Amino acid sequence: MNVTLKSEAPDETPGLSGPAGSVVFISAGQAWAPLTAMAKADLRQTLSLWRLVWALSVFDIKLRYRGSVLGPFWLTLSTAVMVLALGFLYSQLFHIVLAIYLPFISLSLVLWSFMSNLVAEGCTCFTTQETMLRAMRMPLSIHAARVVVRNVFVLLHNILVIVLVFLILQIMPNKFSFLLIPGFTLWLIDGFAICLILGALCTRYRDVPPIIASLMQVAFFVTPVIWSPAILQHRGRIFLETWNPFFDLLDIIRAPLLSTPISPTIWAIAMFYSTILVIAAGLVFIHSRARIAYWV
Amino acid sequence: MANIDIQNISVEFPLYHAESRSLKKAMFAVAAGRIGEDAKHRPCVSALRNITLSLNSGDRVGIIGANGAGKTTLLRTMAGIYEPLRGQISICGAITALLDPSQGMNLELTGRENIRLRGLFNGLSPQKIERLQADVATFSELEQFLELPVRTYSSGMVVRLGFALATAIKPQILLMDEWILAGDASFMTKAKHRLETMVRGAEILVLSSHAPGIIMQWCNRVIWMEQGEVKADGTPDEILGAYLSPEQFAHAQAAGSIAV
Repeated sequence: MNVTLKSEAPDETPGLSGPAGSVVFISAGQAWAPLTAMAKADLRQTLSLWRLVWALSVFDIKLRYRGSVLGPFWLTLSTAVMVLALGFLYSQLFHIVLAIYLPFISLSLVLWSFMSNLVAEGCTCFTTQETMLRAMRMPLSIHAARVVVRNVFVLLHNILVIVLVFLILQIMPNKFSFLLIPGFTLWLIDGFAICLILGALCTRYRDVPPIIASLMQVAFFVTPVIWSPAILQHRGRIFLETWNPFFDLLDIIRAPLLSTPISPTIWAIAMFYSTILVIAAGLVFIHSRARIAYWV
Repeated sequence: MANIDIQNISVEFPLYHAESRSLKKAMFAVAAGRIGEDAKHRPCVSALRNITLSLNSGDRVGIIGANGAGKTTLLRTMAGIYEPLRGQISICGAITALLDPSQGMNLELTGRENIRLRGLFNGLSPQKIERLQADVATFSELEQFLELPVRTYSSGMVVRLGFALATAIKPQILLMDEWILAGDASFMTKAKHRLETMVRGAEILVLSSHAPGIIMQWCNRVIWMEQGEVKADGTPDEILGAYLSPEQFAHAQAAGSIAV
C-alpha cells in the first residue's frame, strides 16, 4: 500500500515551498531565559513579516469602508466636522480667538483619537484573531503590530484635517518641528507596548476592556485635550497636569507643532513613563505569550 | 531532514468560567489571601498527558482514537499552536497544518485577498504570490468567486479554497485533520490526487482520522490515543487489528487495498 505513495510520479505541486529548514524548539517551563528567547524570536519574526503586517492593516481599513463612496476619507470628513464644531464651541466658551484655538484643537483631537483608538483596539488585538491564532503557528506580536500600523493609516487620513487648518491659517513649520520625529517614534514604541500589555490582559480577563474604556473617557477630560494649561493660564495652575502621562506624551508632539518650546522636563517624564511601559510590556509578553492561545 | 521530537509533553486547558475569568474574582482572591490556592485548584481539562513521540522523515502517521481522545490537540501541539505546559517539542521543517476548513482565513476578505495574505505569511515574493493565486484559482475552480468575500461561499467552496491554498505551498511536514475528507465526490477525486502527490513530497504526514480505510491506505505507522495518552504505537496492521473488531478490520484492509 505504501508502495503507491513512494512510486515515481511527476511532482505536480508548484515549486512554492514555505520557509524551509525552519526549526522550532518549544520548551515548557517557567524559567526566564527560554521564555525570553521565545519572546525575542516572536518579535524578530514579526519584524521579518512586515509585509504581512502591512497587508493585514491595509485590508482592515479597506474592509471597514468597503462599499462606501468616500471610503476611508469618511475618517477625514468626520474628524473635520468634529474639529470645526468643537473649535467654534470652545473658542466661544474659553474666550479665545478661533485662529489660535483651531490649530490647537485640530492637533489635540487627531492625536488623542489616535491614542484612544490604539488603546481600545489594543485590548482586542488577540481576541478578535481567535481563528487565526488557532489555525497555525504565527508570531503573536504580529497582532499588536497590526493594530499599530492600522492606526497609523487612520492617523494619516486624519492628518489632512490638520494640514488644511494649518494651510488656511498660514502656519508654517518652525524650528521646533523636527522634534516631531523623535516624538512620533516614541509614540510608535509605546503604542506597540500598550497593545502587547492590554492584548494579553484583556484576553485573560474579559472585563478589562470596559474598565479601560471608561478610564480612557475620564482621561480625555482630565488631560489637556480640548483645554490647555496655556490657554487657561488666567485660571492659575491646574492640578498635577505634568504628571499625567497622557499630557506629556501628547505635548511632545503637539507643542513643537504649535511652535511652543517644550521643556526638557516634559520629555524626561514622557521618557520615564515610556520606559516603564516598555519594561512592563516585555514582562507581560514573556510571561503570557505561550498562554494566549489557551486564553482566547 | 524533517523531524518532530516530542519529549514528555502535557497540555492542560484551564477552565475559565464566566466569573473566574474576571478581574473581580482575582482581586477578591488576592484580598482573601488565597491566590496561590486558587491557582492550584483551578479546574483544568488535561488534554494530553506525558506524551513522548519521535517522528522522522518517511513517517506517515495515522492518529486514531475516540472523540475527545486528544487527536486534534496533539496535531495543534505538533503545529506549535498550543505550547505545552510541561515537556518539550522540537519541530524541524516547514509545517502546514490543515486543521479546520477555514484555515484562519478572514471571511470578510475575498478569496484572492486571503491567498495573498497566506503567500505573505509564507514569505513569498510578489511574483510567487501571483503564481500561488493562479494555482489556487485553477485547482479550486472558484474562478470569479475569488473576487467575492469568503463569507458568501458555500461550505463546500470554503473547503475547496482552504484545501487548494494549503496544498499549494509545499510543506515538509503535513498535519491533517479529518475534515479534509468531507467534500463532494468530484472534488474529492481531484483532491485525493493532489494530496497524494503532496504526501509523496512531504517528508512527514500526520493524519487524524476516524476512517480506518484511509489510514490503511496512507499510513505506515498508527498511533492510538486514549484519554490524552498514547495507548499504542505501531504498524497499521498491529494497531488497527487491536483497535477494530475483526470484521471491521477485514473491511478496512479491503478498503485500503481497493483504493490502491
